Amino acid sequence: MTVIVAKELSTALAALREHADARLIQGGTDLMVEINFNHVKPTTMVSLRDVQSLRTIRQDSPGIMSIGSGVPYSVLEGEPVLSAIPALAQASRTVGSPQIRATGSLGGNLGTCSPAGDTLPVMFALDAMIHLSTLDSQRVVSIHDFMTGVKRNVRQHDEIITAIDFPIVQGWQGYSKVGVRNAMVISVASACLVADHKHADVRLALGSVGPTIIRCREAEAWLKSSQDLTAGQSISLDIAHEFGRRAADESSPIDDHRSTAQYRRHAISVLASRMLRKAYQ
Amino acid sequence: MAPSSTVTKSRDVLGTNALRPDGAQKVQGSFEFTSDMHAENMLWGATLRSPHPYARIVSIDTSAALALSGVKCVITASDVPGKLTYGLISSDQPVFAHEFVRYMGEPVAAVAADHPETCRRALALIKVAYEVLKPLTNPEDAISGSHDPIHPDGNVIRHQRIIRGDQAATGAVVVEGEYVIGMQDQAFLGLEAALAIPDPDGLGVHLHVATQWLHEDLSQISACLGLPAEKVRLTLGGVGGAFGAREDISLQVHCCLLALKTGRPIKMQYSREESFFGHVHRHPASIFMRHHADLNGKIIKIDARFVFDGGAYTSTSPAVLINGITHTQGPYKCDNATVDGYAVRTNNPPCGAMRGFGVVQACFAHESQMDKIAAAVGKSPVEIRLINAMATGDPLITGQIMESVAPVARCITETDAIPLPPSLDVNADELELPGGSGLTSSQSNIVRGIGWGVSMKNLMYSEGFDDFATARCTLKDGVASLKFATSEVGQGFVTLAPQIARSVLGVDDVLIEPIDTEIGSAGSTSASRQTWMSGGAVDGACRLVRERLFHHVGKIHNIDPLRLVIEGTDVVDQMGTFRISVADASDGIEISETFEHHHRKTDELDEHGQGNCHTAFAFVAHRAVVDVDPDLGLVKVVQIATAQDVGRVLNPLSAIGQLEGGIAQGLGLAVMEEIVMKDGKVRNPSFTDYLLPTALDAPDVVAVMIEEYEPQAPLGAKGIGEPPCISVTPAIVAAIRNATGKAIERIPVRPQDICL
Repeated sequence: MTVIVAKELSTALAALREHADARLIQGGTDLMVEINFNHVKPTTMVSLRDVQSLRTIRQDSPGIMSIGSGVPYSVLEGEPVLSAIPALAQASRTVGSPQIRATGSLGGNLGTCSPAGDTLPVMFALDAMIHLSTLDSQRVVSIHDFMTGVKRNVRQHDEIITAIDFPIVQGWQGYSKVGVRNAMVISVASACLVADHKHADVRLALGSVGPTIIRCREAEAWLKSSQDLTAGQSISLDIAHEFGRRAADESSPIDDHRSTAQYRRHAISVLASRMLRKAYQ
Repeated sequence: MAPSSTVTKSRDVLGTNALRPDGAQKVQGSFEFTSDMHAENMLWGATLRSPHPYARIVSIDTSAALALSGVKCVITASDVPGKLTYGLISSDQPVFAHEFVRYMGEPVAAVAADHPETCRRALALIKVAYEVLKPLTNPEDAISGSHDPIHPDGNVIRHQRIIRGDQAATGAVVVEGEYVIGMQDQAFLGLEAALAIPDPDGLGVHLHVATQWLHEDLSQISACLGLPAEKVRLTLGGVGGAFGAREDISLQVHCCLLALKTGRPIKMQYSREESFFGHVHRHPASIFMRHHADLNGKIIKIDARFVFDGGAYTSTSPAVLINGITHTQGPYKCDNATVDGYAVRTNNPPCGAMRGFGVVQACFAHESQMDKIAAAVGKSPVEIRLINAMATGDPLITGQIMESVAPVARCITETDAIPLPPSLDVNADELELPGGSGLTSSQSNIVRGIGWGVSMKNLMYSEGFDDFATARCTLKDGVASLKFATSEVGQGFVTLAPQIARSVLGVDDVLIEPIDTEIGSAGSTSASRQTWMSGGAVDGACRLVRERLFHHVGKIHNIDPLRLVIEGTDVVDQMGTFRISVADASDGIEISETFEHHHRKTDELDEHGQGNCHTAFAFVAHRAVVDVDPDLGLVKVVQIATAQDVGRVLNPLSAIGQLEGGIAQGLGLAVMEEIVMKDGKVRNPSFTDYLLPTALDAPDVVAVMIEEYEPQAPLGAKGIGEPPCISVTPAIVAAIRNATGKAIERIPVRPQDICL
């Protein structure tokens, strides 16, 4: 196996062009497991760990925080992300163990694109934009177009995910994840809710309850039509429960060894109604 | 390469917080576990396993694997030179599957090659043609006879009844339940590993292995190798936990066979995934119990039916069954009982020993029943248990008289006296709530509950088995050397043995010689028995040496040896002024003595389940406080209060470690740990999906040691390893019931069992 340790993004991009078999590795928390289980046998690996330009958090334009794809979760748990995008900080805290959070990154969550990827619902709820580069081009793709299925996305072989743009939104936001133990657990169901006071709406995205992250457009639209969502409102229990019920309706979970579809649907209804009430407390 | 001898120097006698001799190494990562071992010219071994729970082997073609560069040999059932099967109680498990595979993961072949990756590729090249058969996965089908025998020995491994007292007795209060216990894994962290080194003449083998019982391994291995026992030597490698999972043979025979066949050292080690298939698990069980009680809540009669799913091979199922049914009553008086128990064979993974050994299952049922009686007669969980608490001298449902110290009522009252934790703080850290780092709950969603569990556990082996222990003590120039074959699996015998020697002999320096089969058996590190048994052997050997030292000193100094005692590190004349240090007294001489400790004789049960089958017992009470999020079904165990009958504390630090560790393991069974099966296939063979408690799941433990000296025990101390994990599980489940009002009769409790 050849391992190319890139110091510059261009080196990594060139290596992808040159080696049709190359696999990208950042933190390795997904890929190394796959290798150890003999599920994949890469012949060429391109390591992004030393590419410093992927490890920056920038706020170049007002209202947007741009997070490098290689910034580890342990950094995302704290400032400046904690104040600007609290749901992302919370989601980052739920990833694995401290050791995994010290090396795993958003680029890995996006590259793998598991429906259980902890930070993906945050990207879906915030309409994050994904920056992709090749040696000679760049493009920006909405997260809604990026993830296309279970562990499938639109990244081309010669592209590297460089950064994720998150809008900074005024209003409460949060991330909740249900697992059978109190830490270090693969999500059974998760949800990110964002209250956007400026646009007077609420956005909800669900993880682990469908082949992709599910953005609850119908529940969101129903809520906007039933309830004033500007700052300072309060949400009745009835509204919250109905919102939860509608969110659960939009999920399409399965039975597996981690849980049942019935429980996952139920958990989504509880999480959605709780978060909505919290958002307008 | 062989584990070096361990020298500990200090005045850490019995009763002190002596530190583990290997503690710093383990913390620093420098301890050599078996999987770290290496030998010159070593090859690697690996195992091919069945993907099917039940299938007929039509053919095995190893030619492509053998042709692969780097592969030295491939072996199957036809290469086993000796006995084709092994087993702890019944020799019914094949070294390699022959004709049939009976569980998913059963070994079919093994390879030796120059690299683990070569092994992996070679395994993929072995072509096995299977005719897949319909697996027997429901234990009731094994009992009813509705499925053809899946093994020549039949589908019922053991059936035993207990018939005691008035079979027609009834009570004014009758409560019953059908309890289900899922399959728990021992989940030790140090994976199965061994290094086999063939003798230069090819006629014998030296195996370094992580195991619980060197001598039992030795006899099973040598039989399968077709070698006389003296041609097989075992040395204990560094062991990272056991909990019962190393009592059965796993890779031992395979590793030795490959070494003998290739003439080169063979290293084998399992991955975590393979480990789930490579060792036995805790028996899943279904238990029906019906209690008759009077209006005061006093137990009049118990009817019960136990079904333990033993999986494909016998392992220790017969003994687990007996432990389960003979603990039907728990630590409570009961004069009348009708118990029917089955251990059955299925195409599920084989089950055998795990901490608690059958009593865990029984205790979940009887403790759930105690709460039902309490509710029926309007008494509290504490009152109902005190009303029924057993005491020394009471007869058990087997007719055996409880001769052990039995401070059951004291365990309960002292646990009850431990202050409850403060109520949930409105500003509590969200990480401390059910759901933990998932931030699913807020204080307003949480309900608190309290629950109780009390248990009785037999210590040592039962049913006539003489599980003796051997130790040798050699005193030379003020240094005591201890030799024994006691498996140190993390329980701390290497800490305790020097404490004993220091107390008895007055030495500071104690050397532990390599733990191997060059001395008689120590029995298994299981059944909470090594402090009692090997501790008794070390104590006995040290006392024999002390007698000879006194004779030696008495002869030289013309003092009656009967007047000599050890005081600190000196030999002292009790009736005079003479005093000499043990170091000086033993200067230039060598005194060596070997001692075997045997426990009292036990008997087999008769057809009515009557007989003095157990050696001794220990007791413990647990009170659990849990916070539950009833809408999501998530649980956080806040506090476990416990008072445990320990006889005597020999090392407080080590004792509390056993209690806290056992409580974590019992918590795991209560709320998360389960091997999920479907149609005989394991669905979650990884630590990603087989969940163990983390630090955020672990409760505060407040423990009281009940020290009532046990006269039957050589050191006055009872075994303490198993009791902590037994009644904590029902206590946690009772607390969840108390918080939610849900009638939960299955463990582990899943979120959907609470909220749907």
